[in-house]
Amino acid sequence: MNPEVLVPLLAAAVQSGTPILYATLGEILTERSGILNLGVEGIMLVGALAAFLAARLTGSPVVGFLIGGLCGALLAGVHGMVCLGFRGNQVVSGLALTILGTGLANYLGTPFVGKASPGFDAVAVPLLSRVPLLGPILFRHDLLVYASYLVPALLWLYLRYTRWGLALRAVGEYPEAAEASGLRVVGYRWIGVLAGGCLMGFGGAYLSLAYTHLWTNGLTAGRGWIAVALVIFAFWKPWRAMLGAYLFGGVMAFQFRLQATGTHLPSSLLLMLPYALTVAVLVVSSWKGRGDEAPAALGTNIEPPD
Amino acid sequence: MRTSGRETKPPAVFFVDAAREAKEVSTALRHKSIMVRQFARQIFGTFWMIRIRIHKRQEPLGWGSFLVFTAALAFSLVICGLLLAVQGKPAAGGLLLLFKSAFFSSWAIEDCLIKSVPIFLCSLGVAIAFRLQVWNIGAEGQYALGAVGATWIALLAPGLPAAVLLPLMLLAASVAGGLWGLIPALLKVRMRANEIIVTLMLNYIAILILDYLVYGPWKDPTSFGFPMTREFSTGAVVGMIAGTRLNWGILICVAAGLASWIFLRFTRLGFELQTGGENPRAARYAGLSYSRLVMLVMVLSGMLAGWAGFLEASANLNRLQPSIVVGYGYTAIVVAWLARLNPLYIGIASYLLAGLRVGLETLQLDLQVPAAFGQIMEGLILLTVLAGGFFTRYRLEIRRYG
Repeated sequence: MNPEVLVPLLAAAVQSGTPILYATLGEILTERSGILNLGVEGIMLVGALAAFLAARLTGSPVVGFLIGGLCGALLAGVHGMVCLGFRGNQVVSGLALTILGTGLANYLGTPFVGKASPGFDAVAVPLLSRVPLLGPILFRHDLLVYASYLVPALLWLYLRYTRWGLALRAVGEYPEAAEASGLRVVGYRWIGVLAGGCLMGFGGAYLSLAYTHLWTNGLTAGRGWIAVALVIFAFWKPWRAMLGAYLFGGVMAFQFRLQATGTHLPSSLLLMLPYALTVAVLVVSSWKGRGDEAPAALGTNIEPPD
Repeated sequence: MRTSGRETKPPAVFFVDAAREAKEVSTALRHKSIMVRQFARQIFGTFWMIRIRIHKRQEPLGWGSFLVFTAALAFSLVICGLLLAVQGKPAAGGLLLLFKSAFFSSWAIEDCLIKSVPIFLCSLGVAIAFRLQVWNIGAEGQYALGAVGATWIALLAPGLPAAVLLPLMLLAASVAGGLWGLIPALLKVRMRANEIIVTLMLNYIAILILDYLVYGPWKDPTSFGFPMTREFSTGAVVGMIAGTRLNWGILICVAAGLASWIFLRFTRLGFELQTGGENPRAARYAGLSYSRLVMLVMVLSGMLAGWAGFLEASANLNRLQPSIVVGYGYTAIVVAWLARLNPLYIGIASYLLAGLRVGLETLQLDLQVPAAFGQIMEGLILLTVLAGGFFTRYRLEIRRYG
């Protein structure tokens, strides 16, 4: 493939991979603390709607983005209440959260379908955007894409080199030991759930504020679930999440491009591509993985002593 | 010492040390907060002196759990009422209208029964898988593909008499639905792929296959461009029970419900399904391979959902069209969990959630409430009931001291 075709495609891959990246990082953070949150899809949708409405009301996309993250954290807080407070089944709670979040976004968003909001536009980074090949691919996007380059680095530093990150990992791996050494297990899990939910909300906010600038129902189209699968692909490591997110961004961009050029392939078959790829990626990474990359206490609740 | 290129996980002891280190930091912070707390204690007084401790219940709660269930339902209804009010609709009036139009006329009761058939079948399948702790979220796709399978036969041999055609359609629906259940099962036991994600992705793919067929090869040339197949021949339509709008498919529900109850209650395999979920190793000692059990359960689960798709296409729509996919598969998950995976309770819960859909149709017409309101109610009810389960498993001890 010649660069004239490849470079725009890769740039589009980065752009459409960004919401998935935010969501995947959020889920990594949550799962590292030992809580499985399957509500990503619902949280993203609520984040997207909240961001859209806030940006419309205030006229400021930045405020919208922050409100999107806040509402994502709020909805994830419901999951936290059910799992950490009431010790409910994490799988079922997450599924219920997806149903609830999808419903909420469609219910409250119906009056705004097709309406536009102020959003983020592309701002080329001076100097860096002039670098051949890499410049147009990485540095001619909106601010949220640049912010998303920093998040994996910050998350990696946090998990790997700070005490609190270590404590969060300990809580996800071996809550009994963490508890015995005096850590507040439930507290750290709350941090994982809320901060993770905030990142998922950011992912949704990116979709409505930067990707489309307008509201449609069912905006995420399964990206939340792709993010859940990517966590396994990434072996719970932030850097690999970046790779996976851009891979899926690339497939989505490729599929839109094919549709736009009017191939003879039916659109429903093209739309299958990301979902089929998710299954393929999941199968390969679960098969190759040794199976012990997952936080050891993932999905288990803290039982009170009798 | 590095044995492989990949970074290895530190042993648990490492975490204990690290955690202790983190604790030192937090104690320093805590000393500061004690001063704040003493100040607060002077203001709030006895409120601060209450400690709540959680104990596991030794015996089940009995009737109390029904009370908890009702309280959870009431709580979610209150929130739903508030949501109606947010959009400027009458809160109490809206909910009343929903229940009145769902349960208080013979027309509505018929409607509820019609809608509860696919929900019941899907939910029964989902519940069988959930018993083994296999998280089959794929009822929606298995249902869609079951409808596709049945339609294939109906379009292939429209001339056959009903006595031949209907069993063939049922068989095709079982094969298609069962296959859609078998794929995630195989990937789970052979490749360790997470079944939640695979079944969910297969939902999207199944619905797109259905779309492809009705927009493309199977489209009725006389449908003025609408995506739908030809109307089924009379031999391919499940008959109505005389004097009602119900079809004989309801018999399939009764039979499937009874069969699964007997299976779980009286057969060895059914018993092992129950023990297997809680402890796969126990099932292995009983001479049963866990992988085979997973595959069996997922095929059964997919078949039941496939039957639901067959009945919906044949009896209610008389053709295949995209509107056949309305989220019954997801409602089925809510139903299965509300009914605690018990076939009898599943019957009751599917009727109630079918009622929710029927009542919502009136709400949509009379108050212009968006259809998504039903999803909100389903999600909220499931979340509150899940949270309410806490009180049936644990008891709280409130201690006062000072």
